[in-house]
Amino acid sequence: MGFDRFGTVSFVSQSKVDKFVDFLDEGKVMGTKCKSCGAKYFPPRNDCAQCLSSDVEWFELTGTGKLATYSKLMYAPSGFEKDLPYRICVVEYPDGVKAFGRISAAISDDDLAIGMDLVAVPIKLSGNQVAYEFRRP
Amino acid sequence: MQKVGIIGVGQSAFVRGYEGSIRELVFEGFAEAMRDAQLKPQDIQASIICSAPEYDKQRTPAGLMAEYLGLNPQPTFYIESVCSSSSMGLRVAYSMIQAGLHEVVAVIGFQKMSEISSAESQERMGRGADIMWESPFGTMMPAYYAMHARAHMNTYGTTEEDLALIRVKAASYGQINEKAVYRKGVTLEKALSSDPVSTPLKVFDCCANADGSSCIIVASEKMAKKLSPKPVWILGLGAASAPINMAGRTTFTGLTCAREAAKQAYEMAGVGPQDIDVAEVHDCFTIAEMMAYEDLGFAEPGKGKELIRNKETYIGGKIPVNVDGGLLSKGHPIGATGGSQLRTITLQLRGEAGPMQVDGAKIGLVHNIGGVGIYGNVTILGRD
Repeated sequence: MGFDRFGTVSFVSQSKVDKFVDFLDEGKVMGTKCKSCGAKYFPPRNDCAQCLSSDVEWFELTGTGKLATYSKLMYAPSGFEKDLPYRICVVEYPDGVKAFGRISAAISDDDLAIGMDLVAVPIKLSGNQVAYEFRRP
Repeated sequence: MQKVGIIGVGQSAFVRGYEGSIRELVFEGFAEAMRDAQLKPQDIQASIICSAPEYDKQRTPAGLMAEYLGLNPQPTFYIESVCSSSSMGLRVAYSMIQAGLHEVVAVIGFQKMSEISSAESQERMGRGADIMWESPFGTMMPAYYAMHARAHMNTYGTTEEDLALIRVKAASYGQINEKAVYRKGVTLEKALSSDPVSTPLKVFDCCANADGSSCIIVASEKMAKKLSPKPVWILGLGAASAPINMAGRTTFTGLTCAREAAKQAYEMAGVGPQDIDVAEVHDCFTIAEMMAYEDLGFAEPGKGKELIRNKETYIGGKIPVNVDGGLLSKGHPIGATGGSQLRTITLQLRGEAGPMQVDGAKIGLVHNIGGVGIYGNVTILGRD
């Protein structure tokens, strides 16, 4: 199995960065770094858009980011109805890397504030799917 | 360089659940534009068909439309940039005419969104973003724009009421536009008390899905002067792109593709935001219109809320915006939207906008966005 294990419903079956899913199984959220020019990518990419090299290495998305923005969905697209309601967000890390994902249900709406500290944590979903979510550090 | 003009405009009524096929829907907008330009199909030298393809079973719709509209054997092809497809079609028509390939080109936009269910539609529209890294979290268009609304409110103190005021304005003009899908008024209380869709956006912050078609007939300067008593000239064209994924964005309080496209269009036209008499902006959500005020330079960043609070974007205000009801009330049939916006501004500049007319309008602007700010198109039109 390749990339189709990512998220509640995946829309991509395979990718040259399929290993991202294996890393989630191992408890790591990983991005890629271009070995040629040093550009860092999250989500990971096989190919560098800065210098057009395809020689990339993995790095772990560790440390604390800040909540840049978010929204709570009260309606869902087909296939996600059972998850409602859920919050999606963008988190920005100190080195400028941004990550898109969901906010953990353990954080209440009232406790959400733009600028709050969050960390990315791998999670297991039903049906052997995997993902990551943002939690308090 | 010669001028390029618009010599005919048409659109179908924007409706929920069009009772006909896409070919019949397209015929309505096309026939109105052809009557407006007083042309026959054989006068059209090329056609550009614009829509988002995931709604229809028909593969390669350009071939179907050219046949149904009597446009064989002239060349025809398909242009897609989701919600801004027909503005991009205009850009291509302009290029073909400037290159001397053709002198009269039809830009035809359409969408029959009701071919699929509302939930399927949300899922497909959500897939107009990054399907590998974002869709697996359960995204949809309102949620993406809602994240921009949250950031705008947090950064600038914009309120849910400010956004609701934009809907109240749209609805006041939707009531007098006979082509609009939503023709009822909306009070501030009603807008603010509507159900949340994706916080902070509510039902009335979101545009209406609709079925519809539009058509713009574009001509060289020579042919425009020969064929039309009131040609409207394309003064400026701007187009830009931005990362499809939110992780690649530099800001959530505006759309960089719109700012860049506006800069290009103003520069090419030799005008500034203060010169625009009437504008059509891409208000797929209320926050999108708020950001457009600022991205187009009608207001400083963060000051867009003052425009709507002071009714400066109503007819009679400093810069009337979406006085045809906008996408919010007129409806947003993806591929037809840009053409409908261009039609509105063309009618305004010809003094033929009826109850929606902005008196003496000479320069108008169209801001048409594809996806959540993936594609930005800004077009500036003027009259003699």
